[in-house]
Amino acid sequence: MATWSPYIAGAGIGVLIWTVFLLSDHPLGCSTAFSHTAGMIESAVSKGKTAAMPYYRKFVPAADWHWMLVVGVVIGGFLSAYLSGTLSFVTVPPMFAAAFGPSVALRLAVALIGGILIGLGARWAGGCTSGHGISGTLQLALSSWVAAICFFAGGILVAGLLYGFTVI
Amino acid sequence: MPGMTLGQVRSDKKIQLALGLLSGIAFGFLLQKSGVAAYNVVLGQLLLTDFTVLKVMFSAVLVGMIGIYALKAAGLVRLHTKPGSLGATVIGGLIFGAGFALLGYCPGTAAAATGTGAPDALVGMAGIVLGAGLFARLYPALDRTVLHRGEFPEGTVPEILGIPPWIVVALVALMIVGIFWALGAYGL
Repeated sequence: MATWSPYIAGAGIGVLIWTVFLLSDHPLGCSTAFSHTAGMIESAVSKGKTAAMPYYRKFVPAADWHWMLVVGVVIGGFLSAYLSGTLSFVTVPPMFAAAFGPSVALRLAVALIGGILIGLGARWAGGCTSGHGISGTLQLALSSWVAAICFFAGGILVAGLLYGFTVI
Repeated sequence: MPGMTLGQVRSDKKIQLALGLLSGIAFGFLLQKSGVAAYNVVLGQLLLTDFTVLKVMFSAVLVGMIGIYALKAAGLVRLHTKPGSLGATVIGGLIFGAGFALLGYCPGTAAAATGTGAPDALVGMAGIVLGAGLFARLYPALDRTVLHRGEFPEGTVPEILGIPPWIVVALVALMIVGIFWALGAYGL
């Protein structure tokens, strides 16, 4: 099957998080890996200076569990699409093209700006949709419920500004 | 890993790298299978026309929460909550949300979508690295100025309220089931 019920796939993610807490003693979150990659790139340019940066002393850049996680996510996404025959090379999603035209340059520019804001915001808030939004909320952490509400509040506002508010 | 204690598994670097990779493969597979590694599905959620993202997240929270609190009661896992504040969690969360709507993927789904062959998700991943690097640069100044403004009490909601965790687990479970029922009732 190309897609599973979102309830079943979501429940599977819940079970996966049990195993992460049990075997690795930390939550599942994706944004740490991106901080590590930024730190490793900076370190390749200027090693001593990067190691002295306060943020990289707190989150030491390394190809650790969190970094391997995101490598695995790319592989898992590939395997799922490959096995269901839905691999596709589409740069401009149909919905974006219908609203803003088929320009590849425009889509990639918007994606880059969006990515920068995500990286900045995720580290600013201390986690992303997986670290706060799933792993944190399921622990009933107050900070994670606030973060998840803000992710969607900001997202709903900007999506509405881009595409027009349909429901509200 | 047979014959090893939980503590040995948790502190073995090679096993942890392998577990990170395997967890990632499972996570990426489930994200793609659920449909949330697609721009249209994420934007549909943010425009409140497609509730797939909410269904996946709340299903994960429902199952994950019950399991983690049961494992905690059995003494097998510890909780790992993060501190938060208005200056860090709210401002960072809103910046994240704006980026989420522009990119149409989050850090995890951008990686999964890259695996399915979406070049815009790969460019998004490069952007996330740039943004995370930018935060590391700004961190000392932000830490002095905004990150500690309006700090929340740290910990979980039941800890902060001083009530047994099972009451909150049951209430959140009921809320999630109620939301699923309402989505079904409205044909969403």
